Amino acid sequence: MAPDSRSSISRRTWIAATSGAVAAGLIKTKADAVKLVAQEAPTPPDDPTKIPGRFTSEVGVRAPEERPRRLTRSQTLSSSSRTPLQELQGTITPADLHFERHHAGIPDIRAGGHELLVHGMVERPMVFSMADLKRYPSVSRIYFLECSGNGGGAYNRERMPVEISPQALDGLLSTSEWVGVPVKTILNEVGADPAATWILAEGADAAVMSRSVPMEKIMDDALLAYGQNGEAIRPEQGYPLRLLLPGWEGNASVKWLRRIEVTDRPTMTRDETSRYTDPLKGGLSRQFSFFMDAKSTITFPAYPYTLPDTGWWEIQGLAWTGRGRITRVDISTDGGQSWAEAELQEPILPKSTVRFRHLWNWDGRESLLISRAVDETGYVQPTVQQLWEARGERTAYHNNQQRVWKVAADGAVTFGLGDLV
Amino acid sequence: MRRLALAIMVLSVGCAPAGSSSDADVAGGAEPPELFGFGSPASTERIAIWDIDVRPDGEGLPPGSGTVAEGEQVYLMQCIACHGPTGTEGPNDVLVTREPWVEWPAGRTVGGYWPYATTLYDYIVKAMPQLTPGTMTADETYAVIAYILHLNDLVPEDAVMNAETLPAVEMPYRDRFVPDDRTGGNVIR
Repeated sequence: MAPDSRSSISRRTWIAATSGAVAAGLIKTKADAVKLVAQEAPTPPDDPTKIPGRFTSEVGVRAPEERPRRLTRSQTLSSSSRTPLQELQGTITPADLHFERHHAGIPDIRAGGHELLVHGMVERPMVFSMADLKRYPSVSRIYFLECSGNGGGAYNRERMPVEISPQALDGLLSTSEWVGVPVKTILNEVGADPAATWILAEGADAAVMSRSVPMEKIMDDALLAYGQNGEAIRPEQGYPLRLLLPGWEGNASVKWLRRIEVTDRPTMTRDETSRYTDPLKGGLSRQFSFFMDAKSTITFPAYPYTLPDTGWWEIQGLAWTGRGRITRVDISTDGGQSWAEAELQEPILPKSTVRFRHLWNWDGRESLLISRAVDETGYVQPTVQQLWEARGERTAYHNNQQRVWKVAADGAVTFGLGDLV
Repeated sequence: MRRLALAIMVLSVGCAPAGSSSDADVAGGAEPPELFGFGSPASTERIAIWDIDVRPDGEGLPPGSGTVAEGEQVYLMQCIACHGPTGTEGPNDVLVTREPWVEWPAGRTVGGYWPYATTLYDYIVKAMPQLTPGTMTADETYAVIAYILHLNDLVPEDAVMNAETLPAVEMPYRDRFVPDDRTGGNVIR
């Protein structure tokens, strides 16, 4: 075996071992992680000014100490993984950390053979290759994408979590710059019937995942997206083509898109009837609940972080709404008794995440931190009690309650909503 | 500058649609065409291969039929490993419940939640069996649907499912599904 391949294998083995350790919960603290690095990583020079650095490379890698990871669930065919919100900066999610949700695995699709069929209530049924689609006038937009089940882990009164990170609770949220063709451009091209009121969007995965989407949304801002954060969409995000419905529940943004049928009624697929419908009190179930209402969560300080010291800390987090722009985020450090307005990082883009910041001088006493987002429609992110009152306590989709983080006197941070219910 | 302007012109010409009657390109200030014409016509045969969805009124259902008894055999071959001997044991989705949906559904099962029987065809023909999706014939699909509906007490033991009978199956909770009433603004729903 050549020395090169041996070292590359040992590196791969090491990465597998360490990511396994993270998954198994063996790396509990930063100190543990540093110990692993110290044992296994190549030792850096004592003084980097005294030894030439490495050459350029075709594809970059993260610094050895930076190892953000998606949180994967059990490896089943219908599964998901979550974005490490508490480890990221700004608002854009690196494409390799974008959350995943798929219903029958990630299909292996080559762009060269991929085609989009558009038919139904149209004058000219057509097939588009990726090259065809890329020749149409394109747009770029920064939008969040969020699974409607995000945050559902903190809705049940009896099972309110304590040791849960922003990633584990809200990591089915990511933000990207998406590039593609407005769907309405293509519907114009095929001559869609003005009497059509819905489309059916269908994926080329092994679940042939399908959703009905109202024409009003399609003609407003729906995209046929092929680009994400400067490159082609990743396979996990729908390579080579996905529907992108800004501000709406992620499931409807059908990935690996192969077919659009223009119709005058919903198809009532499995994922818009038996799933992605929201049972309500009173024996009803809300259907086609597409909009993601305003949410926010503090990502620092949050579990599993421990504040090492009292004094000035910058509370940070993300706010977002599917109904347009976030206009305000309020912060409470006393469990909701008093509120202060957080600073919002410009630019505040519609249907995108906004980073908020609030300087906090921690006096060392136990504190309950809450963020509360307000959007341009005047909607105020509700308390869990308000949601329970409106919806009942046994539904979990679209849980946009105010998130609470408890800072204990020793600086340890946990999810603190349980203290307020 | 001159070279840049030339490059823009060349690019613009390159982007002009084939067969466009427009006498000026976009850089010259003309509006883009009504149609670009990129893409190919889709033949009826091509559409038929992919147009397999099924709607509540039965549109899209293919010829064929299946009985409860035939469906039991399909179920034993194709479904039992993931859905259990009686559709209640898992490990994957529970298919059967006889408990009524009063305040909350007993589960998101076919009998306890699903609003449309046609969704079974649309879903099964596309996504099931999970490891060999899209391999069941129309007769097998109708049959296994008949069996699942029968396990849920929704059709009798001698039921036959086909393009006429499946859309006619009455699902008990169809009227429980209501449109989204959230509107934004200072209202919690």
